[in-house]
Amino acid sequence: MKPIWGTPPRPSRANHLGTIRDNIRWSVRALSAGKNTGSLLSGAEEPVVRFESVGMRYGLGPEVLSDVSFEIAPHSFQFLTGPSGAGKTTLLRLILLSVKPTRGLVSVFGEEVSGISNEALTGLRRRMGVVFQDFRLLDHLTTYENVALPLRVQERAEASYRAEVVELLRWVGLGERMHVLPPLLSGGEKQRAAIARALIARPELLLADEPTGNVDPSLARRLLRLFMELNRLGTSVLIATHDYGLMDLVDARRMVLGEGRLRIEN
Amino acid sequence: MNEARPPASSRPAEAAEPPLPANLRRNAPLVPTDSAASRALAAVIAILTFLAALCAGAAEIAVSSAGQWQGSVAQEVTIQVRPSAGRDIEADVKRAEAIARAHTGIVGARVFSKTESERLLEPWLGSGLDLSDLPVPRLIALTLPPDARPDLATLRSALTEALPGVASLDDHALWLQRLSVMANTLAGIGIGVVALVLIATGLAVVFATRGAMAGNREVVEVLHFVGADDAYIAKAFQSRFFRLGLRGGALGAGAALLVCGAAGLAARMWRSGPAGEEIAALFGTFQIGWQGYAVIVMIGAIASVVTALVSRVTVRHFLR
Repeated sequence: MKPIWGTPPRPSRANHLGTIRDNIRWSVRALSAGKNTGSLLSGAEEPVVRFESVGMRYGLGPEVLSDVSFEIAPHSFQFLTGPSGAGKTTLLRLILLSVKPTRGLVSVFGEEVSGISNEALTGLRRRMGVVFQDFRLLDHLTTYENVALPLRVQERAEASYRAEVVELLRWVGLGERMHVLPPLLSGGEKQRAAIARALIARPELLLADEPTGNVDPSLARRLLRLFMELNRLGTSVLIATHDYGLMDLVDARRMVLGEGRLRIEN
Repeated sequence: MNEARPPASSRPAEAAEPPLPANLRRNAPLVPTDSAASRALAAVIAILTFLAALCAGAAEIAVSSAGQWQGSVAQEVTIQVRPSAGRDIEADVKRAEAIARAHTGIVGARVFSKTESERLLEPWLGSGLDLSDLPVPRLIALTLPPDARPDLATLRSALTEALPGVASLDDHALWLQRLSVMANTLAGIGIGVVALVLIATGLAVVFATRGAMAGNREVVEVLHFVGADDAYIAKAFQSRFFRLGLRGGALGAGAALLVCGAAGLAARMWRSGPAGEEIAALFGTFQIGWQGYAVIVMIGAIASVVTALVSRVTVRHFLR
């Protein structure tokens, strides 16, 4: 299967994110003309994520989240914001199913997750992409191997995805750095490698935790545009950030966490 | 997907797309392998395998030597003719020999002369003594066929009838039983020690796996988030530990093979020396047969498999 991002022009290292944006636009144009591949726009119209009166506490401590209810619609774009310690990462972890709520109901892709089996849990995670604030690239694997990881863990033959991974790496401007180990990458390169890893399996839901926290404002704006273009291709996007300047650039729904409670704006 | 591409005119560089880097590494192990802890674990497995293999080799030597003794003892029975007042012992010996030779299944009979019988007492009484006044019993060694054991009960009753109170038949059953018990005990001890060493190997692997899981917690977490299931992660760890176990097992078993081979050579050299007969009597040929070498190689392989299985179970338990 051909990748949705198509074959880009050779990126100049000076402005590869601009190239990424251009390439996505080509894809969007193709999709608008009814020529989409169907890989990202498939999916039910039911909410991708639904929280109903969710409460969460760690051990015997106070509730980090109280009565949180919201939905993430398919193909939607939203920010998750709030001061440090407000529970943004906990909420993302709940969506990622790495922790279980103390009370309330969490549904992901229409499946209520309390008592979910390990097999089903893995299946749901394979439909999500996640960009961690600290990238979480595996230092002993090359950039290529890191980006290919979501496909490799599905036990696909390396030959079946090699071209796809290489193309995506070139697409995000890391074509010359694919054999490099993460410790030798710059912050921006790590960020793009992490994003590429989140995209390689074509997720229906992209979660990004402070994805612009380690980059300069200019790169942050470019990354934001990248996420918006991905959203236009059909991926639901949730970006956790406390950078209000960045959020002001986009007219998107804001989920504001404060003192454990959630407020929806826009 | 070609539809998604821009017109060729807007992609002038595509034709000159760079090829894949020649040094592109693919599918490296998911769990880092070359750590000090890994090398230490491989060394522990090698040492334990070496000890287990040596123990198994020693047990094999003992059991095979016992088998040789049993074989030689079981192929002989002895008639003892005691001197009795008023009887001609030489005539009694001849009579007993004739009865034995006439019995079906007796391959041969060798009569120990009076001098030979007296010499047998030297280890207890010392040499240079005049034993002519002592009532030294006479022995007749009967050789049995290697494949079938004759009816010794009939022979015994025939001797008792012909020479009552004078001749008796010793079929060495007590010795054979003792040798059998000793061989079985040695084999049991060998198996027990090998089992203990393998259990120790398994426990070392449990600790090492838990340490590796703790040390690679972030790797495990990332693997989960990118869609790996527990079985896949366990397989990654199992593969890593199997390689370590294989390395340790091969080193340990290889060292044990070398030691056994060297011990065999040394024994062969000693046998030509003054203590050679005693060594040969005690340990037989002091050489491990092909079964012994096979057991050593098998212990190396079992150590590797135990390492892999224990690590897999530990990881699954850890992830639960």
